[in-house]
Amino acid sequence: MNLEPAEPVVTAPTPKVKAPSAPGGAEEPSAPEVKLSAEDLRARFGTTQVLKGISMPIEARTVTAVIGPSGCGKSTFVRCLNRMHEVAPGAVVEGRVLLDGQDIYGAQVDPVLVRRHIGMVFQKPNPFPTLSIQDNVLAGLRLNGTRVPNPAEVVERRLRQVALWDEVKDGLDRSGTSLSGGQQQRLCIARSLALEPEVLLMDEPCSALDPIATARVEELIHELRADYTIVIVTHNMQQAARVADTTAFFYMGELVEYDQTDVIFTRPKQRKTEDYITGRFG
Amino acid sequence: MSTRAAPLLEASDSSYKLRKAKDRLIRGLCVAFTLLALVPLFSVLYYLTARGIGGVNLAFFTELPRPVGETGGGMANSIVGSAQLVGLACLFGIPPGLLAGIYLAESGKGGLAKVIRFTADVLAGVPSITVGVFVYSLLVLTLGRFSMLAGAVALAVLMVPTVTRTTEELMRLVPEQLREAGLGLGLPRWRVTLKITLRTALPGIATGIMLAVARVAGETAPLLFTAFSNRFWNDGIDQPVSSLPVQIYTYAVSPFEDWHQQAWAAAFVLVVFILILNITARLLVRHRVKGR
Ligand SMILES: Nc1ncnc2c1ncn2[C@@H]1O[C@H](COP(=O)(O)OP(=O)(O)OP(=O)(O)O)[C@@H](O)[C@H]1O
Ligand SMILES: [Mg+2]
Repeated sequence: MNLEPAEPVVTAPTPKVKAPSAPGGAEEPSAPEVKLSAEDLRARFGTTQVLKGISMPIEARTVTAVIGPSGCGKSTFVRCLNRMHEVAPGAVVEGRVLLDGQDIYGAQVDPVLVRRHIGMVFQKPNPFPTLSIQDNVLAGLRLNGTRVPNPAEVVERRLRQVALWDEVKDGLDRSGTSLSGGQQQRLCIARSLALEPEVLLMDEPCSALDPIATARVEELIHELRADYTIVIVTHNMQQAARVADTTAFFYMGELVEYDQTDVIFTRPKQRKTEDYITGRFG
Repeated sequence: MSTRAAPLLEASDSSYKLRKAKDRLIRGLCVAFTLLALVPLFSVLYYLTARGIGGVNLAFFTELPRPVGETGGGMANSIVGSAQLVGLACLFGIPPGLLAGIYLAESGKGGLAKVIRFTADVLAGVPSITVGVFVYSLLVLTLGRFSMLAGAVALAVLMVPTVTRTTEELMRLVPEQLREAGLGLGLPRWRVTLKITLRTALPGIATGIMLAVARVAGETAPLLFTAFSNRFWNDGIDQPVSSLPVQIYTYAVSPFEDWHQQAWAAAFVLVVFILILNITARLLVRHRVKGR
């Protein structure tokens, strides 16, 4: 894992914080491997403090759901995890996010490389309108200058993964925006998967999907868990309960509770969490 | 229940009719004024065609102008000259305009951007003859003669502000989400700008550039004292060159009936060229967007 530019780095390598996994990936059920870890993460837009110090380790190859009322900072949080927050004008991030022990906000780190390792599916579908469906799937590879030896294969594989293949296989050269909202969202998921990121951040990926496509995406999340680390923002409690190993409850920019999903949903420790999941919330 | 529900949907008769009538009125006005706006356009086209097409023949495209007194001849040198002037102007004017526009749209926030934006706006409003005078003192006086170079620079100066502002505005229209999509895929900023933002805005930018080209292709005033005119073929970028607008002007104000006919023909040809330029640009761009 190297987030620093390939060009010769002048300074000494940043000391790696040791992730609790033995080199060589030992299989003993030792301490779980932390893939991504927020440490006192604070984010703001100008003077509006949106995240007020979030510390949250995320285990490798697990699904973590982020829930909480609208406007509590869920999107902002996941956007901080792959350095997308700072893209917005006036947006500032403080604190650290460790990917395999390395701070992605480190001075030597290239945000472009961070985003290649940590993929993102946005809350609103955003396929490229000037590209065809297949070129949208390949966009991350092609626009990065990677040569794709067998594009047709990649396109089919990724579109099948998101259950879009059967719907679009006869019109792969149509524009990416000619699809319905739900289809566009699945196309965007396929586009992220084509880059094979290690971590996939999904911001309400199913909010525009029908129950069948939602079920397919959830199935996909189950499949991906074997190799990927997934963080999913959702407003759908059932979905969180179905797909997530751990669940984090955010409230007004703070992490109120973070635990195993069944604990959060059956015996939460915080009153606020309980109120929220039972729908008793003002 | 159902007997109660029905009246809800029946708007009170008078208000509904009034709304309908207003709708028809406004619609009618829109159509009427659109037609009114088209009247001058079509009469110009009609008049040009009617008066000009008679003078268009092979000689018009292939021969040099004849001296006063001789009939016949053509405007081959002006046609080529106009093409050269406009081509050079594009070469000088489009790159800076495009790059300035991209800068303003993608990273232009501070004082420098404000200055550029303001300058471009002012420059866009400067009368073209002023630009001619400026280039006259800049190039014609220093080089000691009228030249194609000076003419092209004058036209380029006229193009830059239009190209800059169109590029900026159209790049700004590209939704922020598309840039984020690109950045989220781990693309560096410059690739996102070129391959996504610029690419998405390209059809509009191309149209804007075409309009700028069409505008300068018909400019006469700034050419009068930069490129001047030439009865013969131009033989070098540092020599005066004849152009269709200047030739039209010269012939139209002359006392000779034969020259008037040629001026009409030249005007007709100029308009057809500009039309073709516009249509091809649109077709090319549309073709690329649909992707096959
Ligand atoms: N561009 C912005 N400028 C200023 N404030 C912003 C901006 N975007 C978001 N905010 C503020 O940040 C807070 C958190 O927003 P965020 O989008 O992270 O919420 P969220 O939890 O994802 O909500 P939702 O469930 O509605 O998507 C909100 O209070 C919002 O008002
Ligand atoms: Mg959100």
